[in-house]
Amino acid sequence: MHEPGATPDRIISIFLFKRFATFVATLLAASVLIFAALGILPGNAAEVRLGESASPEAVKALSEKLGLDRPPAERYLHWVVGMLHGDLGLSVSYDTPAAELIVERLAVTVPLAVMAMTMTTVLALALGLYAASRHNKLGDVGVMAASQVGIAVPNFWFAILLILLFAVKLQWFSAGGFPGWDDEPWEAFKALILPAVSLAVVQAAILARITRSAVLDVLREDFVRTARAKGLSRDAVLWRHVLRNAMVPVLTVMGLQFANLVTGTIVVENVFALPGLGRLIFQAISNRDVLLVQGIVMLLAATVLVINFVVDVLYAVIDPRLKVHAA
Amino acid sequence: MTFWQRALRHKSFVIGGLLVALLIATALLSFVWTPYPAGEIDIPNKLKPMSAAHWLGTDSLGRDVMAMLIVGARYSIAVGVIAVGIGITVGVALGLLAAARRGWVEELVMRGADFTLAFPALLTAIILTAIYGPGLVTSIVAIGVFNIPEFARITRASANGVWAREYVLAARACGKTPWHITVEHVLPNIAAVLIVQATIRFAIAILAEAALSYLGLGTQPPMPSWGRMLNEGQAMMYQAPMLAVWPGLAIVFSVLGLNLMGDGLRDLLDPRLARQR
Repeated sequence: MHEPGATPDRIISIFLFKRFATFVATLLAASVLIFAALGILPGNAAEVRLGESASPEAVKALSEKLGLDRPPAERYLHWVVGMLHGDLGLSVSYDTPAAELIVERLAVTVPLAVMAMTMTTVLALALGLYAASRHNKLGDVGVMAASQVGIAVPNFWFAILLILLFAVKLQWFSAGGFPGWDDEPWEAFKALILPAVSLAVVQAAILARITRSAVLDVLREDFVRTARAKGLSRDAVLWRHVLRNAMVPVLTVMGLQFANLVTGTIVVENVFALPGLGRLIFQAISNRDVLLVQGIVMLLAATVLVINFVVDVLYAVIDPRLKVHAA
Repeated sequence: MTFWQRALRHKSFVIGGLLVALLIATALLSFVWTPYPAGEIDIPNKLKPMSAAHWLGTDSLGRDVMAMLIVGARYSIAVGVIAVGIGITVGVALGLLAAARRGWVEELVMRGADFTLAFPALLTAIILTAIYGPGLVTSIVAIGVFNIPEFARITRASANGVWAREYVLAARACGKTPWHITVEHVLPNIAAVLIVQATIRFAIAILAEAALSYLGLGTQPPMPSWGRMLNEGQAMMYQAPMLAVWPGLAIVFSVLGLNLMGDGLRDLLDPRLARQR
């Protein structure tokens, strides 16, 4: 229930404040869970790193180096404060600050995620709009059948098929690896194309169905009939009126899909041997570098939460019905 | 028209049902027959192409690909059944509790469910693997735990709709307890939604297990696994490209079958569509 006399802008501000408070609370809860799962429950991270046959003296020395001899609450606070200053602790396997390793790997993972999300959006919107405009005709049936198959395809298998065709058979791309942005930026960009496509196609299959459904819902609205009655062409109505209104549920799903993209990136980087965060987390696991795993997992969880928060904010800002409803 | 008469006319349900039946039949077959013992190493016959002796060829250790695919179906189904079972058992209970009690109980359950959105199944499995080591059990638990909030959310949403019905209000007026109302009225009326969700989550569980096994975190040798076969096939893609194709097709057909069946069940079990027929 809103206060009497509350303006729509004030109501939206209250909504955004509450949403921000929820975001911060969820982020804190996530940090506690990650710290508890990786920092406390499995026992001493030094024991895990050195193995069961390690001497007590070696375990004690590494524990002191990693600060594991301090109480859990103090370690947690130290970790959180460190994160706020960009310090994620020391990676014992690389003997390098974890933050430095992560930033280095982000130079691959972030461009890959951005490329994949861009391709997903363009492909899904185009196919979803096309299917909706050809509702119940061959075009619609074709797109829906293709998207049904697309949803069933594992992204890492699709990546392998792309390698088989474009790298092994046609030799247009390399089968894996990353030359680095400094030496050969064009080759580095090319190295991300197949991974981005393998991520995008599967996500686009899901998003295309959502887009089609949202567009069909909007096409049934009275204002669309009015626009057509005024003489606007079908395409003009689709692009100028329908798409904007259909974007609200589509945007929400895109935010949720980001979590899938994050985990998809982990797998696909391993398929293509890309030196991104996905490979790093696996190397950290195989090296039993628990502190590095902790830092990466926290970063990934925080990224998903931030994206979902941004989507919520955009939803409140761009949907004019929220202001009218509040009034 | 009976349910089965409508079902047999529904294209998605029929195609999906046939594919799922094929998956189950393959898994059952693995207990009584395989062309060769799955996982039996035969180095002299490694990387053989498709032939009468080895219908889908052999891998880099001479293992028969067809035998490994057949036995792999068993573990894919096991993962799906157990992971969905965990999700249904705990998730439905939480969702029913949230709908019956409302207030802070509902808020707590739903915030907990929303919180898990930050931890997709694969990421959770990675965390658990870092702690407890890789394996089939760890991956099943990780996938299963991720199913809990999904079932809790959908159960609560559907159950709230039933709680608002007049016959439930009448039952409350007669003095029935929330427990009796939940068991006698709510659960039977949301069963259809849960069945559809279960088929969808089954498909997702197969995909998640395949991804984990591909990464070496799921089913461990010598148990055959479609995901691990893909990893091994990728290493041999220049010598025997089909090794990376067959397991992928097995996964696609299984997941496609479950998704089509779920779509079909959604149409068939939705009372609004049933009244129109």
